Amino acid sequence: MATTLTTAPREISQQRTRLVRSGLRRRHRNEAIFRGLGIGAIVLALGFVALLFVDVTRKGIPAFVQSNLHLEVFFDPAIIDVGPAPLATAFASPAEYQAADLRWRRELALLNWNRILEAALLAKLPPGTEITSRELLSIPETNARHQLREMFVADPALLGRTVPVDVLASANADNWIKGNINRSLGDAQQQLSPAARSVIDAFEANGTVTNGFAWSLFTNADSRAAPASAGLLGAFVGSLYMMLIVIVLAVPIGVAAAIYLEEFAPKSRLTDFIEVNINNLAAVPSIVFGLLGAAVFINYMHLPISAPLVGGLVLTLMTLPTIIIATRGALLGVSPALRQAALGMGASKTQMVFHHVLPVTLPSILTATILGVAHALGETAPLLLIGMKAFVAQVPATPLDQATALPVQIYLWQGNENRNFFEPRTAAAIMVLLGVMIVLNGTAIYLRSRLEKRV
Amino acid sequence: MNSLAVAGLLLVLLGLSYQTGWSRSRALATTSGQKVHSRPQYHGAYTAIWTMIPALLVLLLWAWFGGQITHNYIVGQIPLETLQSLDQTGLNATIGRIQAIASGFGVAGEVAPYEQAAGEHLRWFQMLTSAGVLLVAALCGGAALLYARKRITARLRARNAVERVINIGLLLCSAVAILTTLGIVASLLTEAIRFFTFIHPLDFFFGTVWAPNNAPAAGNYGRYGLLPLLAGTLMITAIAMLVAVPLGLMAAIYLSQYAPRRLRAVAKPLIEVLAGIPTIVFGFFALVTVGPFLRDFGRLVGLNINATSALTAGIVMGIMIIPFVSSLSDDILNQVPRTLRDGSYGLGATQSETIRKVLLPAALPGIVGAFLLAVSRAIGETMIVVLAAGNAPVLRGNPFEPVATITVSIVNQLTGDTDFSGPQSLVGFALGLTLFVITLCLNIFALYIVRRFREQYE
Repeated sequence: MATTLTTAPREISQQRTRLVRSGLRRRHRNEAIFRGLGIGAIVLALGFVALLFVDVTRKGIPAFVQSNLHLEVFFDPAIIDVGPAPLATAFASPAEYQAADLRWRRELALLNWNRILEAALLAKLPPGTEITSRELLSIPETNARHQLREMFVADPALLGRTVPVDVLASANADNWIKGNINRSLGDAQQQLSPAARSVIDAFEANGTVTNGFAWSLFTNADSRAAPASAGLLGAFVGSLYMMLIVIVLAVPIGVAAAIYLEEFAPKSRLTDFIEVNINNLAAVPSIVFGLLGAAVFINYMHLPISAPLVGGLVLTLMTLPTIIIATRGALLGVSPALRQAALGMGASKTQMVFHHVLPVTLPSILTATILGVAHALGETAPLLLIGMKAFVAQVPATPLDQATALPVQIYLWQGNENRNFFEPRTAAAIMVLLGVMIVLNGTAIYLRSRLEKRV
Repeated sequence: MNSLAVAGLLLVLLGLSYQTGWSRSRALATTSGQKVHSRPQYHGAYTAIWTMIPALLVLLLWAWFGGQITHNYIVGQIPLETLQSLDQTGLNATIGRIQAIASGFGVAGEVAPYEQAAGEHLRWFQMLTSAGVLLVAALCGGAALLYARKRITARLRARNAVERVINIGLLLCSAVAILTTLGIVASLLTEAIRFFTFIHPLDFFFGTVWAPNNAPAAGNYGRYGLLPLLAGTLMITAIAMLVAVPLGLMAAIYLSQYAPRRLRAVAKPLIEVLAGIPTIVFGFFALVTVGPFLRDFGRLVGLNINATSALTAGIVMGIMIIPFVSSLSDDILNQVPRTLRDGSYGLGATQSETIRKVLLPAALPGIVGAFLLAVSRAIGETMIVVLAAGNAPVLRGNPFEPVATITVSIVNQLTGDTDFSGPQSLVGFALGLTLFVITLCLNIFALYIVRRFREQYE
């Protein structure tokens, strides 16, 4: 009797221990699984960041290398049979000079620059190579002849001289040289004729063709006729103008609005309404701002279509709420002691804000501004609606000229039918855009860590 | 008018008036022996404000009405019989030619004698009016300057006046937000109402066929049914949330509860990099990498997946939203009081049990709010779907097929086309209005939930 009494609880407790132990094992396994899921989620997210960067870089790097043809161009007087360039002093009035200059340029434009180019190309080949001029001219970029003409316009003394000139290889030749095209494909699937391909190979062998860094990507605007020379400068300048407008408009207005709401605003219906509005605007989809721009700035105010001015205004309205919210947060973080000290010394409220509170918050405001501008820089959708999708081959001179922007340029390039050529270029444009974003974000982070310590 | 001349005038007025007020105040302080209420720079600013406002007012009035006056003058220069023979476009062309002649650039083609004469008159007119306006602005500014200078006394509360002006300026800046909202609502509403004069609202909101006719002939505008676009939008959003919610939530849980400090310091900003990548980049990535990968993967397992499909766009969009979900969830998890967690540990619960059974239920309303915010972001997202969803506005339920969304259709209907005369472009505004209302409701609801939850523990 006594033994059963003592064993039963022991058994029960052993049982319980076993139960807890087995449950514990299960629970610890669940714990590990849960933890693993967390790690998995982070690895997946970071893996995606890495994959995106690696993929874009891998795709884009080829576009930074471009094939050049080193030619010895003879400015043959037999072909360039125009008179000497008109001199400004030789004419009575500027108008006459301009007319003469225009006449001269027109004559130059009518000349057969292709023949000069052809002669320069043939000079690099062993005599007697069989190739038609059409095939030969498919090797340099189509704007090479304009390049020669521009050289001559800039320096008419070149007449009759032989000078070294570097011209870009055409997109097809470039792809052949880089090996982007499968060389074993049949003639029907090749863009270049067999003769042209063997000439390129000969050029490669004798050092006429070299691969160099593609400066034209950064120094040229977009181009349709000469795709190998298409660059980002136009889009970059367009983006730059828009960023300038955003900085000039959004920052002062945003900071002022935040100061008013945080420091001066009486609690009234109006200010409540403003607050609700700002919070809502921050969440409005960006494309709706594009609709606003199309309807108000272009359709109602008749501002020029496709202009960075309109794009900048739209992006300003889009960025304003971000800057206001961030600035309010920064103002809220300033210690009340600072305000009371300023007021105690006899400063007015305005003086307190502008002389004491605002300087302290400048680092945070600056950081928020940079982040807001970076976000605006990457925005595409609203710009499509205000016509910044137009093809523009010039670098815009003023914010009122037609222009495009970096992300829109990416959109335009990826949509180009010439995909086998344009894909590396699109990826290269993305690399440039991401580079600018990283610089901006990095600056913001650096400023935040550097400046906020001093306060 | 020459903007350089205007800027020059304004700068001269500004400098002159500030200097006048400043030196007047200094003179007052040294000669009168009284205690001057405000410091000299406030008197300077006071005078400057007094001077600039009338001058700016004159210039603004001219900017507002000048175009119309010039237009009327040009029309007055065109001989009556010529004027009667011109229609509206012809008149505009003639005015353009006359302006070009006046500007000195000249025009192409034959110049009629009346055009030449009108051009020369116009040149004089423009010179006279701009000089006149500048003169009037300068005179008004000058008169105001003298008046303000006279008002400067030792007792003048210049600082208070200047600060009042600053305050009004600040208020006006914050009113820009209201103006923007008004602009959005007004432009969306007016254009959408014009659209509904072409297409009946019922046909728009409940139509199941999206087939706009972009070159309408004889009143045949095509069909504008919203439902296929709405279905496409919701499908992509659902896929995006299926990706973003588990990944974002788990990442937030791991980073806030498990991760060692140093890992957190590195991983958190790295995940936020995703938030800074422009959406066009995601779109390109989806189009050239993710889409083909999914297609090949589908072929491998025997599924017919299109490279551009709801699935491609949804997955990539979900990845884009991860940092949004994770940072919001992180905030909300951190707001759950420590005592709740410690109580659970005290009862012997493991960390994951505490998170699943205590933290998540306590944070649930906030997390739901965060998800709703993420949903509204996914609905409004444009570039990823433009590139990767395939643009097929057909009502169907297969996520492996291309779809179209509201945002894609806005872009397609409105890109570069500002001739808002037919439904084919006006529909963009009706779609925009729908999008605006949907996201607005979601946002308000989400903010309401998030706020309400936050107050519980404070």
